[in-house]
Amino acid sequence: MDSLAIEVGQTLAPEATLFWILAPLAVVAALGMLFVKKAVHSALLLAWVMVTLAIFYIAQDALFLGIVQIIVYTGAVMMLFLFILMLVGVDSSDSLVENIRGQRPLAITAAIGLSGLLVSLIARANLGVEAVGLRGANSEGNVQGIARELFTNYVWAFEVVSALLITAAVGAMVLAHSNPAKSRTAQRDQSIARFRGTSLATAAGLPSSGVYALHNAVDVPALLPDGSPAPSSISATLEARGDMLSSKPFELEVKKEEED
Amino acid sequence: MDISNYIYLSAILFTIGAIGVVVRRNAIVVFMCIELMLNAANLAFVTFSRIHGNLAGQVTSFFTMVVAACEVVVGLAIIVAIYRSRRSASVDDANLLKR
Amino acid sequence: MTISTNLVYFIALPLFSSGLLLLLGRKADKWGHIFATLVSASVFIIGVIEFFAMQGREGEARAATQKLFEWISVGSLQVDAGLLLDQLSICFVLLISGVGTLIHIYSIAYMSHDRDRRRFFAYLNLFIAAMLLLVLGDSYLNLYVGWEGVGLASYLLIGFWNEKPAYAAAAKKAFVANRVGDVGLSLAIMIAFTQFGTVTFAGVKEGASGASAGALTAIGAMLLLAAAGKSAQFPLQSWLGDAMAGPTPVSALIHAATMVTAGVYLITRSNFIFDASPTAQLMVVIVGAITLLFGALIGTAKDDIKKALAASTMSQIGYMILATGLGPVGYAFAIMHLITHGFFKAGMFLGAGSVMHGMNDEVNMRRYGALRKVMPITAATFGLGYLAILGVPPFAGFYSKDKIIETAFDSGGIQGILLGSITLLGAGITAFYMTRVMVLTFIGTKRWDEKAHPHESPFLMWAPMAALAVGSVASGFLLNSGSALVNWLQPVVNANQEYHSGHLLPPIVVSIMALTVVAIGVAIAVLKYRTVPVVAPENVLGITKAARKDLYQDSFNEAVFMRPGQKLTAGLVNTDYKVVDGLVRLVGWVVQISASNLRNIQNGYVRSYALIMVLGVIALIAAVWMVTL
Repeated sequence: MDSLAIEVGQTLAPEATLFWILAPLAVVAALGMLFVKKAVHSALLLAWVMVTLAIFYIAQDALFLGIVQIIVYTGAVMMLFLFILMLVGVDSSDSLVENIRGQRPLAITAAIGLSGLLVSLIARANLGVEAVGLRGANSEGNVQGIARELFTNYVWAFEVVSALLITAAVGAMVLAHSNPAKSRTAQRDQSIARFRGTSLATAAGLPSSGVYALHNAVDVPALLPDGSPAPSSISATLEARGDMLSSKPFELEVKKEEED
Repeated sequence: MDISNYIYLSAILFTIGAIGVVVRRNAIVVFMCIELMLNAANLAFVTFSRIHGNLAGQVTSFFTMVVAACEVVVGLAIIVAIYRSRRSASVDDANLLKR
Repeated sequence: MTISTNLVYFIALPLFSSGLLLLLGRKADKWGHIFATLVSASVFIIGVIEFFAMQGREGEARAATQKLFEWISVGSLQVDAGLLLDQLSICFVLLISGVGTLIHIYSIAYMSHDRDRRRFFAYLNLFIAAMLLLVLGDSYLNLYVGWEGVGLASYLLIGFWNEKPAYAAAAKKAFVANRVGDVGLSLAIMIAFTQFGTVTFAGVKEGASGASAGALTAIGAMLLLAAAGKSAQFPLQSWLGDAMAGPTPVSALIHAATMVTAGVYLITRSNFIFDASPTAQLMVVIVGAITLLFGALIGTAKDDIKKALAASTMSQIGYMILATGLGPVGYAFAIMHLITHGFFKAGMFLGAGSVMHGMNDEVNMRRYGALRKVMPITAATFGLGYLAILGVPPFAGFYSKDKIIETAFDSGGIQGILLGSITLLGAGITAFYMTRVMVLTFIGTKRWDEKAHPHESPFLMWAPMAALAVGSVASGFLLNSGSALVNWLQPVVNANQEYHSGHLLPPIVVSIMALTVVAIGVAIAVLKYRTVPVVAPENVLGITKAARKDLYQDSFNEAVFMRPGQKLTAGLVNTDYKVVDGLVRLVGWVVQISASNLRNIQNGYVRSYALIMVLGVIALIAAVWMVTL
């Protein structure tokens, strides 16, 4: 596949257009990530930045890396972030009032200082005047090129990083594990508790939900012999959520004239 | 356009990430800013690999991604553990080392 | 020079005894005083033996030296701790140990009621050791050690009863005044070292012949300052009156016979310096003349018997100092007067002590009167001393004082007439105030306090007084017969050349003039002081008021030296506190303030620490950038 970039330090017009449209958007997204109140919005903006970067990687002939960026970073890592946000509290929002004295002004100063320093350093450096381009390195294809590098020059780092991955996974499991507050009772103990209880009403298990001709669902209670709904036939969660339906509309209509 | 524009972009993203770490209070958002910094570095590596014409930069970027992923996993697990015991995800709450 | 090995005992024995008595403390209370007296006596016996041995030797071999050890060896300054016993030293050795032993014996009885008698004798022996070191040292530096030692002993003895703050203050005053003089001696030694490269007497004597007039005058002036301090001459004489706060034997030994004569010894020993510098000699003569009159005037108005005798001592030493400024033969006459003065003044002091002992430590002469009836021996010995100091022939003072008056006239020109007249006037005033003392104390009418019952003193007290009275009578005649002392001291001071040259006035004329003046003084005193009121009268002449106040020397010292000095010290202390300490405290305060402000950075928030790290990174990058710029 023809590379999108050329060898000499300049790029073709398509790449320039791509850059100048996407780069400001990326910067705006990053700044937005800094300033929004809700954490979920920050996560989404970061995902946008990462996708932009993936596009840049592909534009620079790093095909493998671009796809990996989307799959691993945007796909796995950002989703992980969103899962944890859900756990921690989706609605939680930072108050934007800063409670450390002088942090904001100092942070702004640091921002201007760091960016100015880095930009001026880069401006002084001789970059890209003799950019070689990856046409030669990608002659067999980008994936093959990376594979060749990875398993010859960097094989030791590769092994170590694998060990790191395993360690991280095990570590996460250990950290996130929590012992249950009380141990679950075993089947035998549950059975004994059922029969030794105050009444044998539930010894054989709870009644199941009502099944009617027009409705057959877990959210409609069963009818007791006297026609009233049995509350213990519905899961308590549904009841708490207000998803329990009345069983009245599903009862058969009984003609009352036959009882003179 | 100069190739070095990519480097400028990388520098700006890095700065934004660094300031985000300092300014935001939610631990998870701080983490996300760290991820932004790592991504900016990755962009710089890829651009350098293109400048020099060999794939060493891309391999380094690859390793960076792997390490970042591990770090995110462990870090978020820690945040979850802290949240469970303290019911709060603010970094300002861990201020017992003050004078 | 003969090499001797006995000289060290002069100093070692009393020093050992002093140390022993001080270290043993109360355990030595029973026998301490006897031991000390025996040590003093043995020093005298060794002195006598050395004297006769010396007489048996001739010429150069008369002087004996002993090197004890190498003391200072620093660069070009080489000083040995050595002793020199020559004709001049032996006079002093005999005087110090002889009079000293007699006073030791006297003190056994005088201090018999004192709990600390042993300590007193320890200090007396310390004094004997130091004074002997002073006169036996063979270099200025060795002399200085003894000089300081007698200053210390004087301080310890004046303030012996240091429970009374006034006595302690008097001891301090004496020490401080001595110290001012000691600066002079230090400077003289330093100048001598830079000029001659050595500080031994022999070395300086050799170098003096080639030195510049300025250096010699400077050394002479500094030595004169030292002598003025130690011998209570003008302008450092204010301490002698207050020194009478010490026990009477101390006044007799130290402030009459020996320590105060150390100045005369110093000038005589340095005769090669003064003979080569007429300016220094003139200064010496002026100081001596002023002090002569100063002491005499003060003595006329003092009612305290000891203070009157102290003023007399000041005046007589003025005579001696004046004599030492009159050239080679003057030294010999100064020494002669020194020896005779030692006898009669010590005798009179012991007599005063005896009177005080009998009158319950009363010192005011207005409370005495007609004591000759109850204290005949004291009156007799005191009277012989009185005649000696007046210069009545054939007693001791006649020979020594008249020779000084003669030599004063002989010094030539206007100076000679002036000095001679001053000495004659001084003799007259001396006669006046000594007669006053005599009349008020022993003759005249009884003005005793009701509780006083005076009695004669015990044997151990009047025996030394009698011995000294014998000296008052005979010493002058013996020292002068055949120019004995002048000849004896010839090798040291080159006295003989001038003695037989022409006199301005024939000696007999001088003697008659002196006796006339003395008679006038005696007559005035007898007529005036037959009866005196017990309380000192207030409306007296201005000069009497001034004399009662020591001619305002103390007031002058206070106004000119003490108060400005106190202000200066207070100012310096204040500066030290505010400026120097203030600087240090400022540093501490700055550290504190900056630390407490820096502490605020530790607010415990991770974010602010992260910010600091970012700032650090910026600084790092900037630094690297600067370096590669």
